[in-house]
Amino acid sequence: MTVALREAVNAFRRAPMLSALSVTTIAFSLFAFGLFGLVALNIRDALGRIEDRVEIRAFLADRTPVEAAAAALGDIQAFPEVASASLVTPAQALDRARQELGEFSDVFDAAILPASIDVKLKPGSRDPASVRTVAQRIRTYDFIEDVRFGEEWIEKLYQIRNVATLAGTVLGLTFAIVAVIIIGSTIRMAVLARSREIAIMRVVGATDGFIRRPFLIEGAIKGALGGVAALLLTWATNEVIVRYVFAAAFFNLRLSLLGILAGALIGLVGSAFSVGRHLKHV
Amino acid sequence: MSNPHDGGGTVIRFTRVRKEYARTGVALDDISLAIGKGEFVFLTGPSGAGKSTILKLVFAEERPTAGEVKVASVSSAALRARDVARLRRKLGIVFQDFRLLEDRTVEANVGFALEVTGAPRASIAPRVSRLLTQVGLASKGSSLPRELSGGEQQRVAIARALVNDPLVLIADEPTGNLDERATRGVFELLRDINAAGTAVMMATHDLDLVKRSDCRTIEINHGRLVYDSGEGPSRGDGQ
Ligand SMILES: Nc1ncnc2c1ncn2[C@@H]1O[C@H](COP(=O)(O)OP(=O)(O)OP(=O)(O)O)[C@@H](O)[C@H]1O
Ligand SMILES: [Mg+2]
Repeated sequence: MTVALREAVNAFRRAPMLSALSVTTIAFSLFAFGLFGLVALNIRDALGRIEDRVEIRAFLADRTPVEAAAAALGDIQAFPEVASASLVTPAQALDRARQELGEFSDVFDAAILPASIDVKLKPGSRDPASVRTVAQRIRTYDFIEDVRFGEEWIEKLYQIRNVATLAGTVLGLTFAIVAVIIIGSTIRMAVLARSREIAIMRVVGATDGFIRRPFLIEGAIKGALGGVAALLLTWATNEVIVRYVFAAAFFNLRLSLLGILAGALIGLVGSAFSVGRHLKHV
Repeated sequence: MSNPHDGGGTVIRFTRVRKEYARTGVALDDISLAIGKGEFVFLTGPSGAGKSTILKLVFAEERPTAGEVKVASVSSAALRARDVARLRRKLGIVFQDFRLLEDRTVEANVGFALEVTGAPRASIAPRVSRLLTQVGLASKGSSLPRELSGGEQQRVAIARALVNDPLVLIADEPTGNLDERATRGVFELLRDINAAGTAVMMATHDLDLVKRSDCRTIEINHGRLVYDSGEGPSRGDGQ
């Protein structure tokens, strides 16, 4: 192990330019990945905030008996998807409309707003299908005249989120593959530069595992360094955005460490690839 | 094929070995031979006869197309890729072109072979210095290969080949790049190593060297064994 580590460190000393190049390419691949991740992260945060407002509003028929409404409210509150439900009287509805509309509040003076049951759903049950199921169930009370839940709007929200997730996955994988190829070829150069040494190692009885190890460590170190550099670049970019554009969120510690680990993994896979090919070849 | 020296006494055995290279065709045909513990064997024959191929079969750089190569009781038929390293640790291999690492000292070149086999760190330096003394280079440990003569470089390679106390030292024209004096020196060293119990199998073009010594000689021509001065593990016991 110590021998392998020494050989890996030696590799940096022997080819500093090549090493710097591979760290830089990994850094930029992961930087692109990081930027996208940041966008995805913020979209998700924003969607989460919008989702919090997803609400079902069930309007009651005129002159619905208070006991019936109260009984329905109790039922609805017991639904597994429901976080909370509350009865809104016509007077409260008017108040709310006035508050929301401010200067146009006069319009409502004469209007009679229907009473409603307002339902908030639990975080896991805000997808279109769940919302629709709950709405359907509420509609079965015959004193419920209408159920509104902004169906299209929720549908759109989820589409945006799915597209964002898909695009993130595809782009992320593409970047990761590119990074693997790049580090694979830089390690390959390192392997070729030392092919004589490898041949001699084999003659004196080194196992393939022993020969491979320093290259794997080299690849993992380069990958991790690239990961750290990418993290710094992403962080700097985020700082600029936060200062001049809007308050964007940044990766938490776990995600940041995961990014560095991903860099190390990319380096490891890339070098395992090219060393393996070389060893099989000779 | 009756050979009285089966089992423990034989370190290398070829049985009806045939070797074809994909690109150049037949290199060896129907080679059978046995080399005993502690023997010194010359492998001679014209260029392209198949000497190097025989040696490569011994250290498993090549596999026989047909027949069996048995080295240190490991059969080529049973040899998996991951067994090769272990097999080579029972052998010492020396080439015409020395194959030293140019950017490392003599000590590092020899120590390298010990590191590779996972020898304990503390044991490496004393072992290296003992080996360098054995090959007559005790004072050259911190030299780089390019600062040595050809003969000295070959001695370093021999020291490296000895790190694992090999059963057999395989030498493919070890004196091919050396002048007469250096050749004699390296040959004497190989004889000393042999005298201490290590079998030596040496391919060479140097017929003078072969004639002057009384070692067993195997001659290959066009991939066939055409002459063997004496089979069996003990030399000079003729038939
Ligand atoms: N790796 C290889 N691939 C294809 N053909 C080979 C290979 N190595 C050797 N040969 C062929 O096998 C035959 C024997 O070669 P080999 O190297 O064993 O001869 P040699 O007796 O060692 O010759 P020399 O004295 O010149 O070293 C030659 O015809 C050669 O062209
Ligand atoms: Mg040859």
